[in-house]
Amino acid sequence: MANVLVNAPKTAKRGAVVEIKALILHPMETGFRPGTSGQIIPRNIIERFTATWNDAEVFSMDMSPAISVNPFVSFFAVAAESGTVRLRWTGDQGFAVEEQVAIAVE
Amino acid sequence: MDRRRFLGRAAAIAVLPLGFPFGPASATPEAMAEAIKKVVGDSAVTEGRVKLDMPPLIENGNTVPLVVSVESPMTVADHVKAIHVFNEKNPQPNVFSARLSVRSGKAIVGTRIKLGDSQKIVAIAETSDGRFWSASADVIVTLAACLEEST
Repeated sequence: MANVLVNAPKTAKRGAVVEIKALILHPMETGFRPGTSGQIIPRNIIERFTATWNDAEVFSMDMSPAISVNPFVSFFAVAAESGTVRLRWTGDQGFAVEEQVAIAVE
Repeated sequence: MDRRRFLGRAAAIAVLPLGFPFGPASATPEAMAEAIKKVVGDSAVTEGRVKLDMPPLIENGNTVPLVVSVESPMTVADHVKAIHVFNEKNPQPNVFSARLSVRSGKAIVGTRIKLGDSQKIVAIAETSDGRFWSASADVIVTLAACLEEST
């Protein structure tokens, strides 16, 4: 998906702690705002963000409507072995996006 | 339905909206305390070890950068399990709950949040020994997160 930006190092020393930053395009509609018609716009947020490193979960986050539009998350992970970091966003109205980056550990 | 009962119900309906004001309800310091209690239970929350980095004066409440860092060796014996952030005056007291593990390496989480008003933000970290640590920040918001759809 083109609407995801992930910033992670391509290589890392074994045991190093690397920072992973992820940004996704999403309206994060709170469900508290009236629209131009005066009706409340239904809630549409990302509820959960998870990151796995070779299928082992390293980080997860439950979001609320208080997270900004186009949610940005930065977190750290130990580079234990080469592999794939899989980032997954799920939310209201069946929203599910997955992105992966490869990190080579030497 | 006879006339008297109809009038009675009509009056009741007319009064209803007073109890349910329009517009988003706002969380209160009590609501925040309750939300925190849901997470920590009866455990004591100690101030310290947690650092909550955010600008003290916010010009735009729509995107407020926030970084929570916790002093922790992040070893199997002593690591941070979770970081929670709460607010006082947004419509809901919860902001986010992040789960960390030994694989995280560093207990640092950064994101961007919305703030509807000048208020106090509280970050709480749960360590592997089941203890809770906290930090708070008072921020001033000059432009609240927008409440109406932009056209």
